[in-house]
Amino acid sequence: MIQGKTLGNRIFRIFNTILMLILTLSCLYPLWYTFCLSISDKAAANSGMVTLYPIGFSLASYQEIMGDLQFFRSFLISAERTVLGTLVTILILAIFAYPLSRPSSEYRPKNVLMWLVVFCMLFNGGTIPWYITMVNYGLIDSMAGLILCGGVPVFNLILLINFYRGLPRELLEAAQIDGAGVWTILFRVVIPCSVPILATLVLFTSVGYWNEYFQGLVLSSNESHYPLQTYIKQMVVNIQTTNLSMDQIEKMDKLSNKSLNAAKVFIAMIPMLVVYPFLQKYFITGIMLGAVKE
Amino acid sequence: MKTAVMKTRPFAKKRTSRTFFHYNLMVGIGLLWLIFFNIVPMFGIIIAFEDYNPIQGLWGSEFVGLEHFEYLFSMSDSRRVIVNTLVIAVSKLILNIIVPLAFALLLNEVRQLRFKKFVQTIVYLPHFLSWVILASVLLEIFGYRGVFNALLSVFGVEGKIWFSEESCFRQLVIFSDVWKEFGFNAVIYLAALTGISPDLYEAAAIDGCGRLKAVWHITLPGIASTIVVMAILGLGNVLNAGFDQIFNLYSPLVYSTGDILDTWVYRMGLLNVQFSLATAAGLFKSAISFLLIVISYVVAYKAADYRIF
Repeated sequence: MIQGKTLGNRIFRIFNTILMLILTLSCLYPLWYTFCLSISDKAAANSGMVTLYPIGFSLASYQEIMGDLQFFRSFLISAERTVLGTLVTILILAIFAYPLSRPSSEYRPKNVLMWLVVFCMLFNGGTIPWYITMVNYGLIDSMAGLILCGGVPVFNLILLINFYRGLPRELLEAAQIDGAGVWTILFRVVIPCSVPILATLVLFTSVGYWNEYFQGLVLSSNESHYPLQTYIKQMVVNIQTTNLSMDQIEKMDKLSNKSLNAAKVFIAMIPMLVVYPFLQKYFITGIMLGAVKE
Repeated sequence: MKTAVMKTRPFAKKRTSRTFFHYNLMVGIGLLWLIFFNIVPMFGIIIAFEDYNPIQGLWGSEFVGLEHFEYLFSMSDSRRVIVNTLVIAVSKLILNIIVPLAFALLLNEVRQLRFKKFVQTIVYLPHFLSWVILASVLLEIFGYRGVFNALLSVFGVEGKIWFSEESCFRQLVIFSDVWKEFGFNAVIYLAALTGISPDLYEAAAIDGCGRLKAVWHITLPGIASTIVVMAILGLGNVLNAGFDQIFNLYSPLVYSTGDILDTWVYRMGLLNVQFSLATAAGLFKSAISFLLIVISYVVAYKAADYRIF
């Protein structure tokens, strides 16, 4: 903020700009690297020649994916889960949050329910009890399981309640005087006024569903039910972490196909890159709502 | 007057009872989801106190009290796992405050607004990529034929598989987490920085105040409350070393430095089918985390008037 013209200031400015550039590039590099690997020649990719740009341009990896039925199946499972899950979650949250945003004089059980919700945010039984419960519900290999098994996203619910509470009282009272029932008030007044927060939650929820791999892993009986991230975890990451000794590495060089793996990973990144500009616009609002309250 | 009151009351009462009914309906669906998927699994912690047998079920298995906890703390694994968890989690907590803060302060010094906006736009990106994706890229970059080794070979350093080195694993995990999250974590500081009045800087400049002094006397005090809140809220994560990250990056070679509570619970429970023991370890973590979070919220409320709702 200090506007200096001294030599020290100029040096600082140059170094600062360079540092910022390096940090920015470090965040872009993984994407670029994956992309380069995916369109490089198989031999060049496997031998580690690809670093800054593609070597020996080839679309063989993408052609190979075209014939990979399992990859497509996983992609579709992830897509369906993301779309349905986001719709269901946001609809339930938008309705659930409304009574909880009313003062307890208007809806008496509100305080008890709020404590219950907050308790669910602070405490959980851990992975094993959760897993056993899901198995008892029969949620193995089911889309409903993939959508519901994470439970109510309590933190998002609280964000929404806080937002609803901040809406001008007069607005709701005016609707009430005009004879609107609670559902009409919710769908015609409250929800249209909450578009910014709902958009934020849609983006966060969909990113969450798309990126989720663990539930997909433990709640699937075999690989044909894996969501895409689970598929990548099992088919790409697990092989990478078993490359332990030198002779294994040499064997893997012949067997593995880094270019193909990179193409799979890159395709899994694409939906994120598509929504990123929108994410960008909204998520700052979202974080600030969660962090700063008057 | 009296008749008027009498007349309106039945109508008002009918109306509130109808509203009450619809409010209950609205809560209903969400509450069912909450009960069946958040609350019912909590009762599963009983497993930690019995010799759980899937055939006899939750209520039929033999009750053994604290036996599993005693066994847990006598195991040779437990010390290692707890140390790893604490070292990784606490380092992340501290660095995830300092690095984003330093980044926010430096970015704030950038004058070209378009460049600033560009940097800000890009650095959030890794936050939105999953650890599965990033692990596959990081394992490639830090692998034997990876870019990192290619870079080192220029300086004549011998290449390694970096994520399989016991002595490097923790550092790489901490570093990669800080790298993934610094842009996102900086958002909150950048927002707080815009709240500081430019007048203060002008006044300081007129008084001959340098850049560092301005940061020390104006910027840091201006965002101190934000820093305090972030630090306190981090307390709840002391046992959270980041399951998703480590689960995707580790291998048996680095268990000695990289195995954390959550990964241990996963292997013990879901791979070795030691349900009761794994649940006991999980409950140990949940209970301590619960206490810490409650304490941190109370402190944040007292110190900085922070409220979750």
